[in-house]
Amino acid sequence: MIAHKDLVPLGRVGDSPQETFVLNLGPQHPAAHGVLRVLLTMDGEWIQRAEPIIGYIHRMHEKMGENRTWAKFLPNTSRIDYLSAMHYTHAFVGAVERAAKIEVPLRAEYARVITSELNRISSHMVWWGALLLDLGGFTPILYAFDDREKILDLLEALCGARLTYCYYRFGGLYNDVDDAFLKGTRDFVAHLRPRLKMYRDLVTDNIILRKRLTGIGPISADLCRRYGATGPVIRGAGVAYDVRRAEPYSVYPKLDFKIPTYSEADSMARYLVRMDEMEESLHIIEQALDQIPTGPFLGKVPRVLKLPVGDTCYAVEAARGRFMVRIVSDGKEIPYRVKLRTPSFSNLSLYEEASKGMILPDALAMMGSLDLVIPDIDR
Amino acid sequence: MNPTLEQLTEHFKGLTAAAAVPADGPAESVSPTPVLVVVQAVDFALKGFHLDVAVGPAQVVAAAEVADRAGFGIDSITGVDWLAQNEMEVVYDFFHPTSPLRVVVRARVPRGSPELPTIGGVFPGANWHERETHDFFGIRFTGNPNLKPFLLPEDATFHPLLKDYKP
Repeated sequence: MIAHKDLVPLGRVGDSPQETFVLNLGPQHPAAHGVLRVLLTMDGEWIQRAEPIIGYIHRMHEKMGENRTWAKFLPNTSRIDYLSAMHYTHAFVGAVERAAKIEVPLRAEYARVITSELNRISSHMVWWGALLLDLGGFTPILYAFDDREKILDLLEALCGARLTYCYYRFGGLYNDVDDAFLKGTRDFVAHLRPRLKMYRDLVTDNIILRKRLTGIGPISADLCRRYGATGPVIRGAGVAYDVRRAEPYSVYPKLDFKIPTYSEADSMARYLVRMDEMEESLHIIEQALDQIPTGPFLGKVPRVLKLPVGDTCYAVEAARGRFMVRIVSDGKEIPYRVKLRTPSFSNLSLYEEASKGMILPDALAMMGSLDLVIPDIDR
Repeated sequence: MNPTLEQLTEHFKGLTAAAAVPADGPAESVSPTPVLVVVQAVDFALKGFHLDVAVGPAQVVAAAEVADRAGFGIDSITGVDWLAQNEMEVVYDFFHPTSPLRVVVRARVPRGSPELPTIGGVFPGANWHERETHDFFGIRFTGNPNLKPFLLPEDATFHPLLKDYKP
């Protein structure tokens, strides 16, 4: 494991007394992927301090949670990280099921795994295309969106939404996975494997991409721990932390998959983790398609849902890392408190420390490798 | 160094003794009435965490140090407004990157003067979570260098997650 102190950014200048200037980046900036603002104190080309300023699309989801029933808050959770909606609804549904001790039929659990992993691939494809855009390569996003479209079509046929899915319900699913979906998913897995190889040949092994990402933006395992960064960021620092294994949920314990890690801790490591994860997701989907049993897709759920008094947590591995819902119930139909612990918030919080001494284009490449979704930060 | 649940329980229980007998430093820096640390192992399948630690507001930094030494990472910090009891609860969540362990540390502060020390010195990632908790509840984390509005508008003077908040 690499200690943070050993990872000195390439362009760090000494403590030469230089005149600094303030540079404002955002909140409307294409590299920020949404309304993120970064206030930069620059020492020539080098960043002395980069302070992220957030909250521009804050919607106070947590307050909305306190004035509607448990079921009515469910659609909110798919609108936090709009690229990873399946995982987010999974965490909220899981928290309520855990607190109310609702049994979920096995078929529903397998369907959740299949749709969650499809969502992980579609999310990583947006990240991949957008990162390449940031780095100046326009073509890859067109390939990525072409393949992603197939996932969106599959999920749209299943639950009616293309992005803000609300497919999971307390105790199961909104409707059953039909044969057309299962066959379409199997076809998609066969389709994507050679495409991922093409991505690797065209982009991952491209010398320009390698030069832009290798050694850039080191984020050590200890830095991740002290800031709570998870997902591909901590796995890119060599730590095999994955909520699917650390806090097993759904039917993940029954499925075989690797946790891709790279110990280089740079932007390229985070890139490679996500590329490998797409292949692992395909592997998971295949197993789940083989194992999915017939049977009911919705368990027994009381009409009026009142959770027992106390607090309950439920975490999932979302596309960007650990997403946790912490609910507090006072025994009424309406939540007493809903806390949403989002991965992008924690992953961005280390940006100020990690970007010190970098040049701005490298810092933006590192920001791209963090895969930020701004509504996930602002909530 | 992956701690076991038993070791962790012992470490957190040790906080009670540490508060009662200050090892060094002036006596007035210690809470006048040391609060008993209650450590409870809970069923993960029912609650989503393994260890529930209730400490006094003055002990949160020591509790964070215990978590830090055991290799935990900061998960989140948040508040709960218990209007009926006239208290506010601050909840610290920790996750462990290399062993399947989750710890929750909670402290209660009076609603009239919600104040407790920052743990930003132990976990720098706590700064943002504390700013957010200050935004939503008005809980003051003494020592946090940047308790200005964070997610709320820059001129916000209200705390929307207080149970008696009226828009």
